[in-house]
Amino acid sequence: MNDTAVLNVVAPESAARDSIALDTPLPVGSAGKLSSGWFGLIALIVTEAALFGYLLFAYFYLYAQNRAAWPPDGLPDLRIPVINTALLLGSSVLAWLAERAVKRGRRTAALVWTGMAFIAGTLFALMQLGEWHKKTYDLTSHVYGSLYFTITGFHLAHVVVGLGILLLLMAWIAFGYIEQRRHAAFTIGVMYWHFVDAVWLAVFTSLYLTPYLFGGLS
Amino acid sequence: MPLALKTAASPSDAGGSAPFNYFLHSHGPASAPTLYLGWVLAAICAAVCVLIAGLLAYAIWRRRAASERDVIGDPGRSLRWIGIGTALSTVVLCGLAAYALTVLAEVGAPPRAAALSIAVTGYDWWWRIDYGDGAQRFSTANELHIPVGVPVRVRLDSADVIHAFWVPQLAGKTQMIPGVSNEQWLQADAPGLYRGECTQFCGAQHAHMAFDVIAQSPADFAAWRERQQRGAAPPSPDIAAHSTPSPDIAARPTSSPDIAARPAPSPDMLAQSAPSGADASQRLSIAGQALFMDRCAGCHTVRGSEARGEHGPDLTHLLDRRMLGAGLLTNTAAHRIDWVARVQSYKPGARMPDIALSAADRADLGAYLDTLQ
Amino acid sequence: MPTSPSADRNAPALMRVPERGRADAALKRRLQAIWEAPPGWRGFLSTVDHKTIGLRYLVTAFIFLLLGGVEALLMRVQLAGPNGTLLTPEQYNQLFTMHGVTMIFLYSLPMLSGFSNYLWPLLIGSRDMAFPRLNALSYWVFLFAGLLLYASFSLGAGPDAGWFNYVPFSGREFSPGPNADVYAMGMLLLGVSTTVGSVNFIVTLFRMRAPGMSINRVPILVWGTLTASVANLLAIPAVSLAFFLLWMDRQVGTHFFDVAAGGKPLLWQHLFWIFGHPWVYAVVLPAMGIVSDGLPTFCRRPLVGYSAVALSTMATMLLGFEVWIHHMFATGLPNLALSFFGAASMVISIPSAVTVFAWIATIWLGKPVFKTPFLFFAGFVLLFVMGGVSGVMTAAVPLDWQLNETYFVVAHLHYVLLGINVFPVIGGIHYWFPKFSGRMMHERLGAWSFWVMFIGFNIGFFPMHISGLLGMPRRIYTYAADSGWSTANLVTTLGSFLFAFGILMFIANVVWSWRRGAVAGDNPWQAPTLEWSIPSPPPAYNFAVIPSIESRYPLWEDMLDETPQRSELDEGLLLTQGRETIGSTALDALPDVILKMPGDAYSPFYLALFMTGALVGLLLHAWWLAAAMTLACAASLVCWMWPSASLLQRLPIVVDTEAGGA
Repeated sequence: MNDTAVLNVVAPESAARDSIALDTPLPVGSAGKLSSGWFGLIALIVTEAALFGYLLFAYFYLYAQNRAAWPPDGLPDLRIPVINTALLLGSSVLAWLAERAVKRGRRTAALVWTGMAFIAGTLFALMQLGEWHKKTYDLTSHVYGSLYFTITGFHLAHVVVGLGILLLLMAWIAFGYIEQRRHAAFTIGVMYWHFVDAVWLAVFTSLYLTPYLFGGLS
Repeated sequence: MPLALKTAASPSDAGGSAPFNYFLHSHGPASAPTLYLGWVLAAICAAVCVLIAGLLAYAIWRRRAASERDVIGDPGRSLRWIGIGTALSTVVLCGLAAYALTVLAEVGAPPRAAALSIAVTGYDWWWRIDYGDGAQRFSTANELHIPVGVPVRVRLDSADVIHAFWVPQLAGKTQMIPGVSNEQWLQADAPGLYRGECTQFCGAQHAHMAFDVIAQSPADFAAWRERQQRGAAPPSPDIAAHSTPSPDIAARPTSSPDIAARPAPSPDMLAQSAPSGADASQRLSIAGQALFMDRCAGCHTVRGSEARGEHGPDLTHLLDRRMLGAGLLTNTAAHRIDWVARVQSYKPGARMPDIALSAADRADLGAYLDTLQ
Repeated sequence: MPTSPSADRNAPALMRVPERGRADAALKRRLQAIWEAPPGWRGFLSTVDHKTIGLRYLVTAFIFLLLGGVEALLMRVQLAGPNGTLLTPEQYNQLFTMHGVTMIFLYSLPMLSGFSNYLWPLLIGSRDMAFPRLNALSYWVFLFAGLLLYASFSLGAGPDAGWFNYVPFSGREFSPGPNADVYAMGMLLLGVSTTVGSVNFIVTLFRMRAPGMSINRVPILVWGTLTASVANLLAIPAVSLAFFLLWMDRQVGTHFFDVAAGGKPLLWQHLFWIFGHPWVYAVVLPAMGIVSDGLPTFCRRPLVGYSAVALSTMATMLLGFEVWIHHMFATGLPNLALSFFGAASMVISIPSAVTVFAWIATIWLGKPVFKTPFLFFAGFVLLFVMGGVSGVMTAAVPLDWQLNETYFVVAHLHYVLLGINVFPVIGGIHYWFPKFSGRMMHERLGAWSFWVMFIGFNIGFFPMHISGLLGMPRRIYTYAADSGWSTANLVTTLGSFLFAFGILMFIANVVWSWRRGAVAGDNPWQAPTLEWSIPSPPPAYNFAVIPSIESRYPLWEDMLDETPQRSELDEGLLLTQGRETIGSTALDALPDVILKMPGDAYSPFYLALFMTGALVGLLLHAWWLAAAMTLACAASLVCWMWPSASLLQRLPIVVDTEAGGA
C-alpha cells in the first residue's frame, strides 16, 4: 500500500464505473467532500437558511401589515452596515484563501489567512454591537425594534459560533490536525462561514435596502 | 326555492332537537348553497368509500386459481388501472373544486348591498352587539335581532383573544381577531330563533359562549329597535308591576315615549307622585337601583341611569333577552338573582365575580332588575 | 513539536482496496467484538447502535401513546353525557392540550423514527446510520423534552392553550402562568431532536447504501422517511421560530404578536401552520411506506406501481407546503387567496389516490396471506380513504366555513392520524417483531386485537362526523342537554373504550411474545427485502458482508426471475478494520469511500442534558444556569467535533525523534 504520493480525493465517478468493480482503492475515513460531515453540513445549512427565511417572512409580513412609519426612526443609516458587509465578504475571501493554502500544504499561510478572517469577523461583531448601542430604541420599544434586534441578533449569534469555529480551525492547524491530505473539518468549517456571510447579504438587503426600495414610509 | 326543502323542524321553535344542525337545515342564502354543496360532497365521498371498500373486499377475497405461482411478478396491464382510477379521481376532484369555488363566490358576498350593519365584539365569554351610530346607537348583549329577508352585514371584532362567530343555520363562521375587523354577512328568510356559538377556543368558558339570532318581520324589528334605543325607565309603579316577560317574542308592551332617557327620579319625588297603594316592590326596586349603582355599575351599563360600566354586558333591556350568561340559563327572575350571587358556580372562571347578597339585597336587586324591560 | 504525518508504516492507509470475501464464524466474532456496545450502564448511556436507539424510540413513543390515550379517555368520560362534572374547565383544557401535544409530537413522528432508525441500515445494506452519535442525541433530546413536558404537566404547569397555542390567548396577558413557556421550551428541544434526526436520515440515504442499490431500488419506507425528513428540515424552523418569538413576547417584552404595538396574531397562525401542515404529511408518509413494503410480503408479489408510489410520496409532500391556509379559512383572508389554497387542498389528494390504487392492485393481483400484519395493512387502506374524503370535504372553502372547528374536523384528523399512522405502526410491529426479538407474536391474539381495534375505532370516531355536522364545536369541556349531541358523544365514548381495550390486547401480546413467542428464523414471512437476510435479532454489525444489490426484492430474485442478474448476499465487502461501512454515490450507489464509524460515546447524552438544562434555566429565569449550560453545550460540541485519528478525520501525529524535534 503506497501512500507516500500526495493523493487528492478521488472523484467518485472515476473510482468504480460500469459495474461494481470494487478493485480500485477507495479513500478511507473523512475524505473531504465525500465525508458524511460535509453532507451533514449541507443539510444543516438548508435548515438554518429556512430559519432565516421565516425570520424575514415575519419581518415582511409585519412590515406589510403596519401602517406606521417603517423604520420608525426614518430610513436606516447605511454606513456601518455597508462596512460590515465588506468585512464579512472580505472574511469569506480570506477563509477561501486559507482553504486554498491548506490544500497546497502551506500551513503557515493557512494559519495567517484564517486568523485574518477571524479578525475581520470579530470586527464585524464589534461594529454590529456598536450599531446596536447607537439605536434610540430597543427590543421592547415597538414591533420594528423587536424585529430588528431579533433578526440581527440571530445572525450575530451565528457569527459568534462561526468565530468559535475559526478559532478551533486555527488551533487544529497549529496542532497539525489540518493538512493537505486530510482537512475535511476545515472545508466544512469554512463552508459554514460562507453560509453566515450569505445570510448577512439577505439580512442586509431586507433590513437596510428594502426600506429605500419601498420608499421608507407606508 | 330553498325554503321548500327544509326539514320538519320549524325555524321558530327554540332550536328544536338539534339547533346547530347546519347539515340538514339552512334558513338563508348565506348558507343554502353550502347546504347543497355539503350534500353533494357527502354523497360522493360516501360513494367513494363504498366503492373502495368493495374493491378492497373483492381484491382480498376473490377466488384465485391454485395454479398461480407462490410469488407473482409482472403486473401486466394492471398499471393501467391505477392510471384509470387516478384519472377518474382527478376528474371528480376538479369538478368538485370548481363547484366549491362557485359556491364560494355565491356565499362569499351578499347578493345585494346589506340593509343593516351590526357590530359584534367578542369578549371572554359573551357577545357585545352594537347597532347604529351617533345618537341612534345602542348596545345589547348575547342576542342579535335582524329583519327577515334582507342581507345583514356583521362586523366582527374582539376585545381580548380570538373568538369566532357562528350561526350554523344561517351562515359560515368567521374569526374575531383582536386588532383586525373581519366582516361577514347573513340573512334569515323566515322569522324565528337561530342559535349561535363561539367556535374558536378562547379559554375556560369557551364552552359557554352562545348567542341567539332572532329574525323578525320588518315591522317587529323596527319596533324592537325603537324600544332598544330608549334608555331604561326609572323604577315606577306601572313598570314595576309587570311580571317576568313571556318567551313569546311577538308581542311586547310598549312604553310611553316620554319616559325616554330621563334621569332616575329621586325617592322623594316618587313617593310624592306614587299613589298611596304603591307596592313594596317599588320601594324594593328603588333600593335595588341604589344597590345596582353601588355594586354593578362599575361593569354594566344601563342607559338612562348613571350606570356606565363597559366591562360587562349592557343591561338596559335585560328582560328582553331569552337567556342569561351567554346561553347558559333561561332568563327568569330566580335565575337572574342566582346568577349574580353564584355566577362562578355556573360559569367558573367567568370575569364576573360572585356578588355577596343578603336576602334583603336579593329582593331589592331582583325588583330593580325586573324593571329593566 | 509534531511533525507532519509521515509515511510511517504504522500510519493507517488513506486509500485501500476494500477486502472482499465470505464471512466465516471467526470473522463474525471479530465483527461482533468491534461493533457491540459495552454492557451495563456504560453501554446504556453511550451506545450509538441504531437498533438499540430504534427500539428505545419505539418503546418511549408507545408509552407516550398510552399517556395520550389515557388523557383522551378521561375527556371521553367527561363528554359522555351533557353537563359533565368529572373535570373542571382548567383540567379539561390541560388534558386536551396535552393529548394533542403528546400524540402529535411525542408519539407520531418518534414512533416512525423508531422504525426507520432500526430498519434503514438493514434495508439498505449498511452497518450503521451516517451519524451514530447524532442518532443517540436525537433520542436523548426527545426523551428529555417529553420528560420536561410531563413533569410540568404533573405540576399543573403543562401546556393548556391548545396544542396550536393561538395568540393572544397564549400570550402573557391571558396565560400568565408558566404553561406556554414550558410548551415553548419543549418544542425547541423537540425541534432540535427532529432536525438532527432528519439530517441523519437524509445523509444516510444518499451516502450509505450497499453497492448496486440504486435510488429506484430502495424500499418505499425509505422514500417516505426521506421525503418527510427533507420536509422537516424546511418546516421545523417555522414552528421553532414561532415558539421562540412567543417566548420573547412573554418573557422579554417584544411585540411580535402584541396587537397594541403593531404585532399580529395571524403571524402566529401562519408560522404555526406553515410548519403544521407539512408535519402531518411527515407523520403519515413513512407509515404509508410501511404498508407499501409490508403488503407485498403478504400478497406474495411486488408492489404494483413502485415508481408511481415513490413519485406520489414526493408529490404529496411538495404539495403539502402549499396548503397551510386551509387551517385558516375562517380568519377573514381574501377569498381569492382562499380559492387558491382550497383548490390546492383538493388536488393534494390525487397523489394519494395513486397510492391507494397501487395498494388495491397489489392485493388484487396477489395471493393474500391472512396474517395479522395483513389485517392491519388492508384495514388501513379503508381508513385512509375515509380520512382522505372527509379532508376533501373540508377543502371546499364555503363548506369548511361550517365544518371548521367542529367535531367533523376531529373525526377527519383521527381517521387520518390513527388510520394512517397507528394502524400501520401496529401492523408494522407485528411484521418486524420477529426481526427485533427473534420471536413471533401470537397470531390468534393478534387477529383478535385487530378486529377489536378496528371495530372500536370506527364506533368511536365515526359518530364524530355526526356530532360535527350537528354543530358541536371543538375544545368544549361540556355541552347542554338540548344541543342534540348527547347520543353521538355517548357512542363515541363507548367506542373509544373498546378501541383502548384492543390496544391493551396488543400490549399483552407484545409482552407475552417477547419472552414466550415461537422462535422465528431469519425470514419467517419469506419476505423479499434485505433485513430478512440476516439473523433475528440482527447481530450488532448487521451484515457480516456488505451485499451487492441487483433488484428491489433481493430475496425474491429466484422466484421472480425477472432478469438474469442476482444480488450477491454471501460474498461481498468485509470491512473489518474497526467500525467501517461503505459509502456510495447518491443515485447509483457506486462505492466511493470506506467510512469509519464513530464508536460509543457519552457526548450525545451530555449534550442533550446540557441543552435541556439551558432551556430549563430560561424557563426559571435562572440566567446564570442558562449561560453555564450553554457553555457546557459548547464544550460538549467541541469534544464531539474534535478530529479523531481513528476516524481518519486527521492523520495521527508522529513525533520525528530522529530529527531531534524542533
